[in-house]
Amino acid sequence: MSAHADTHAHEDDHGHHHKETFVTKYIFSQDHKMIAKQYLVTGTIMGVIGVLMSIMFRMQIAWPEEPNVLFEALLGKWAPDGVMDADIYLALVTIHGTIMVFFVLTAGLSGTFSNLLIPLQIGARDMASGFLNMVSYWLFFLSSIIMVISLFVEAGPAAAGWTIYPPLSALPMAQGGSGMGMTLWLVSMAIFIASSLLGSLNYVVTVINLRTKGMSMTRLPLTIWAFFVTAIIGIISFPVLLSAALLLIMDRSFGTSFFLSDIFIQGEVLHYQGGSPVLFEHLFWFLGHPEVYIVILPAMGLVSEIMASNSRKPIFGYRAMIASILAIAFLSTIVWGHHMFISGMNPFLGSVFTFTTLLIAIPSAVKAFNWITTLWKGNLQMNPAMLFSIGFVSTFITGGLTGIILGDSALDINVHDTYFVVAHFHLVMGISALYGMFAGIYHWFPKMFGRMLNKNLGYIHFWLTAICAYGVFFPMHFIGMAGLPRRYYTNSNFPLFDDLANVNVIITIFAIIGGIVQILYLYNFFSSIFFGNKATQNPWKSTTLEWTTPVEHIHGNWPGEIPHVHRWAYDYSKPGHDVDFVPQNIPLKDGEEELQH
Amino acid sequence: MSTAVVNTGTEGKTWGGGNEPLKASYGKMMMWFFIVSDALTFSGFLAAYGFSRFKFIDAWPIADEVFTHFPFFHGVDAPMYYVAFMTFVLIMSSVTMVLAVDAGHHLNKSKVTIYMFLTIIGGIIFVGSQAWEWNTFIKGDYGAVQTKGGNILQFVDAEGHRVALKDFVVAGHNDRAKHESKNGLWFVNEGTLPTYTVQEVLHGLESHENVLVRTQKLTAEGEKTVLTRAESLKQIKDNGKLVVEGANLHVNEYGSPLFADFFFFITGFHGFHVFSGVVLNIIIFFNVVLGTYERRKSYEMVEKVGLYWHFVDLVWVFVFTFFYLV
Repeated sequence: MSAHADTHAHEDDHGHHHKETFVTKYIFSQDHKMIAKQYLVTGTIMGVIGVLMSIMFRMQIAWPEEPNVLFEALLGKWAPDGVMDADIYLALVTIHGTIMVFFVLTAGLSGTFSNLLIPLQIGARDMASGFLNMVSYWLFFLSSIIMVISLFVEAGPAAAGWTIYPPLSALPMAQGGSGMGMTLWLVSMAIFIASSLLGSLNYVVTVINLRTKGMSMTRLPLTIWAFFVTAIIGIISFPVLLSAALLLIMDRSFGTSFFLSDIFIQGEVLHYQGGSPVLFEHLFWFLGHPEVYIVILPAMGLVSEIMASNSRKPIFGYRAMIASILAIAFLSTIVWGHHMFISGMNPFLGSVFTFTTLLIAIPSAVKAFNWITTLWKGNLQMNPAMLFSIGFVSTFITGGLTGIILGDSALDINVHDTYFVVAHFHLVMGISALYGMFAGIYHWFPKMFGRMLNKNLGYIHFWLTAICAYGVFFPMHFIGMAGLPRRYYTNSNFPLFDDLANVNVIITIFAIIGGIVQILYLYNFFSSIFFGNKATQNPWKSTTLEWTTPVEHIHGNWPGEIPHVHRWAYDYSKPGHDVDFVPQNIPLKDGEEELQH
Repeated sequence: MSTAVVNTGTEGKTWGGGNEPLKASYGKMMMWFFIVSDALTFSGFLAAYGFSRFKFIDAWPIADEVFTHFPFFHGVDAPMYYVAFMTFVLIMSSVTMVLAVDAGHHLNKSKVTIYMFLTIIGGIIFVGSQAWEWNTFIKGDYGAVQTKGGNILQFVDAEGHRVALKDFVVAGHNDRAKHESKNGLWFVNEGTLPTYTVQEVLHGLESHENVLVRTQKLTAEGEKTVLTRAESLKQIKDNGKLVVEGANLHVNEYGSPLFADFFFFITGFHGFHVFSGVVLNIIIFFNVVLGTYERRKSYEMVEKVGLYWHFVDLVWVFVFTFFYLV
């Protein structure tokens, strides 16, 4: 183990010449670019499963208890005669949430782009520890496999919601999914946390120690800032979920009473005494809230980079962007109580959390305005990546506005646990982060695979996705305000909601179309890997260092010396230059001043 | 390739790139960030402990009455003496670790060997002591009766000294057979049966006039409430449900079962960390003996496990404070 990563980098100056086998190149690879692609493909597969589940439970909501061929084909014994069982409905909702939040938008997004971009954009040969990076991916893979296996457990997968509140999650006999399904869920998440920890340690340390000469912290692209801060939030918040999960395992398997108290089952009193489910909620949401920023911050970083590049303008308010990332990261750790306004928490505490929550609106608004001002009078290049970035800003603002309503305890109580909440968080962190991910994939696909994605399919993909996303989530605000509760298997027992049945059908139709559109994207993705147009070295004329590496990947990234950095990452359309972008490795001309950013 | 050095404009700046701004190798920094993460895990547990303790602030067991034993000194009231000894050993092992790291800076192999060895011995003594402490806690002391509401009733004499169940209760001969998985419908073994039944405790109490019941409720002075003779008899008769001897994850003769749950879980989780630390130290110890680091001209691995070892000690200081002192 060489003590100094710096010396390590120098040894590698002429690249690796030792022979690589198929296994070391494609499977147990320690090259960050390959690991990024592994994350992306695994995340994509998990995403397909998650989206398919959402389409299935949307069909149940739109046409409750009606036979359906899809259910009969996919759910087997859980859909006798094609009618979806209520237990599997809850399980689908639970696993959909878990997969999308953790496996797609945490590992799939952060894992892909942190791995791909951190070494390339800061000018490093690889991550600080390639070995730990590989272990991180394989732990993630293992946890994905276990999560998928849990779908095939006889009594059903976990069905307590992705937030796994006790007692549903703590009593193995509480419902079908509380037994083996829940156990596998917890095992999978414990491995996921270990994977996330190893990944985050690598990202943080790499950004601190391995930046090339001249790459000061204020010359870093905003992507790197976002990944760096995301990794720090991950290091701080995931361990608390681990403590909650371990205490839950003790309650489930060893009879302790951390989260359980005074429970009667069929007239029998269980021995648990003294515990509190609210304690679990505190521990869970201490992770759970930072988690949504773990999801959205990388997307914000990607979008900032893509917008500047495609507006041919410097990002507006570079330092304000960094400050707002840091402010969001700090605030994210002191707002978890806003998920618990009706949990029985002290109402005074509720108003404290309302205050801290509403403070987040400030850095978020700073970012939103900076993106809009970056676009202002820019020479806009409307490629699919740019469209998804603009879409990101749109959904982030739409969802953010309802966040102000839900962050206020007096208003939240009225719409708590309704579709209003579902609409809010899907727009502000689900769809937004997904747009960020798509934008990143369209932008960096040439860097990953050396080929271009089909632009026209990209345009169709964006516009249909955008229409369907709003088509699904916009009406949800209204049915939420009308009082429709989330997570219900059917509302047919409540005549009160009969009028909303048509809205649910419309939502489901948009969801189905939105799902089908993604097949187009998948086709584009996988066919372009092999048959796309060959990419040039710098297809988007960007300034950042990753576009100075050769199109064909080599281990060690740069064939010769690592480039030195002489300017910040956003010298677009700088006066005094012939081209409208000046890469970071170009020295300042005589008399040229570095922009005071 | 051009060898002309072009000024990047960040020369001499700590965070300018191309150097190690915190003057630490990536491995050492990873250990630091791992410690941050692990510290948050322990914070989660300790916050949960605090949350639960405040919920039962007026009935929480008094640590001075729980941890009163010292190995080889039976019947001696030695509150906290043994845990103080354990803590001392662990902190001393941190000192020897510092000395080992320092000797490593001077590339002094023999001194590193000695101090690493002492650190390992310290760690083993601590883990062993913890096992003894668990064993004592599980076996229990005086015995108590659990009420239907889950509260614990203990017994004292007129002067307020604790009275053990065996001193005034006579075990009957109509012992109930313990249920075993091989002979029944139910698939689990029954837990160990207590020595006495509640009925026998009631008989003992009735025939010993100077024995009183003490509840777990704390008075304004922080003492447990002692009932009158009449109240004592009534409590055991009406509310007694189960005789409790010692502590486990379900019941705890010293008071709230949550006390035992958290005690076992948090000291267990910490003990697991100490055990892992000892294993890591042993691996590093052998590498030192084999001269791996001498050839490398760097004892940084000793420093890295040293960081972890100090962290584990620091966590113990918090666990010790919250479980034993306050």
